[in-house]
Amino acid sequence: MIDEYWTFIVIFVAGFLATDVWRWLGVVAGNRLNEESEALYWVRAVATSLVMAVTAKLIVFPNGMLAESPLWLRLGAAGIGFAVFLATGRKVAVGVAVPMALLIAGLWWTGFGGR
Amino acid sequence: MSPDSDDRSALSWFLTGMRGMFSLPALILMTSIVGFSAFALESGLTRAEAVFMSFAIWALPAQVILVGTMASGANIAACFLAVTLSSIRMMPMVASVIPEMRTKRTPTWLLLILSHFVAITAWVFAITTLRKVPREHRAVYFAGFGVTLTTSGTLVVAIFYGIAASFPPLIAGVLFFLTPVYFNASIWASASQPVVKLAFVMGVVLGPLLALVTPEFDVLYAGIGGGTAAYLIDRWRRKKRRGTKAGSR
Repeated sequence: MIDEYWTFIVIFVAGFLATDVWRWLGVVAGNRLNEESEALYWVRAVATSLVMAVTAKLIVFPNGMLAESPLWLRLGAAGIGFAVFLATGRKVAVGVAVPMALLIAGLWWTGFGGR
Repeated sequence: MSPDSDDRSALSWFLTGMRGMFSLPALILMTSIVGFSAFALESGLTRAEAVFMSFAIWALPAQVILVGTMASGANIAACFLAVTLSSIRMMPMVASVIPEMRTKRTPTWLLLILSHFVAITAWVFAITTLRKVPREHRAVYFAGFGVTLTTSGTLVVAIFYGIAASFPPLIAGVLFFLTPVYFNASIWASASQPVVKLAFVMGVVLGPLLALVTPEFDVLYAGIGGGTAAYLIDRWRRKKRRGTKAGSR
């Protein structure tokens, strides 16, 4: 019977508890931070760097099908797209649409997916 | 915002938060989750397991890591370690939004529950929109968005499990690219303080570089190292500006 539920137990312990323990510690730490405090500057900087490290890794070392596309194409699409985003008044829609269009065009051009 | 916004009920703010579902970020997250459900199927998870995982963890990188370590036959302790290392980032993410979200009377148990709904998309939502909400309604406003987003994401896994695997490779590949380019644009656009922009650049550069050096701790080192460097540079810059201002007087 335990076999049947073992995967759920693994997900609960090694997934839920392993993740939410940090969220709870974040609440405890955040409760002690003043909105104007110097420490919050540091916490914000660390949080932003962490998220951006995850994000950049999704581009450089992607999962799934994207892993088979060339690195230069992903970096080029993201880099040029971000430059266009900065140059055109920082509209999020532009920052998403331009890199996506470049990636699709590049994948098409390199014959991605055997077509 | 209308001047009478303070008089709006908690329920109305909850609904306003819910309406955040009809936004580009929520849509993009839902499509990334379609990608995850394909990955879960390929890796041998059942539909029920994938659904449970989505709701219980609610952090895509942690889910991908757990699926990967489970599929490789690692034991529960090794799975825990791999996931918990990737989830350390939740602590500063949650800690940085709590001071903006709570009032002096917000009970801690409520914040503990709400913290479960903080992942990258909801974090971006919080740092970009909480400021526009009257403080006493911010927790309920965030709950409206967070609970709806997590529930919808979990439903997407339940519905799309198995369907996504039949997508052509071009579409599947493009889906995986949507998430990072959205984060690039939205986090930069929401960065009002120079320290956040510095930290952004540090993370982008250090994340992939450290992945080559220490693949297990890369994100952690990039976050703490890059964030601390950004903070110190920014503090030096602020001090210098204050110094020149005082000197010119």
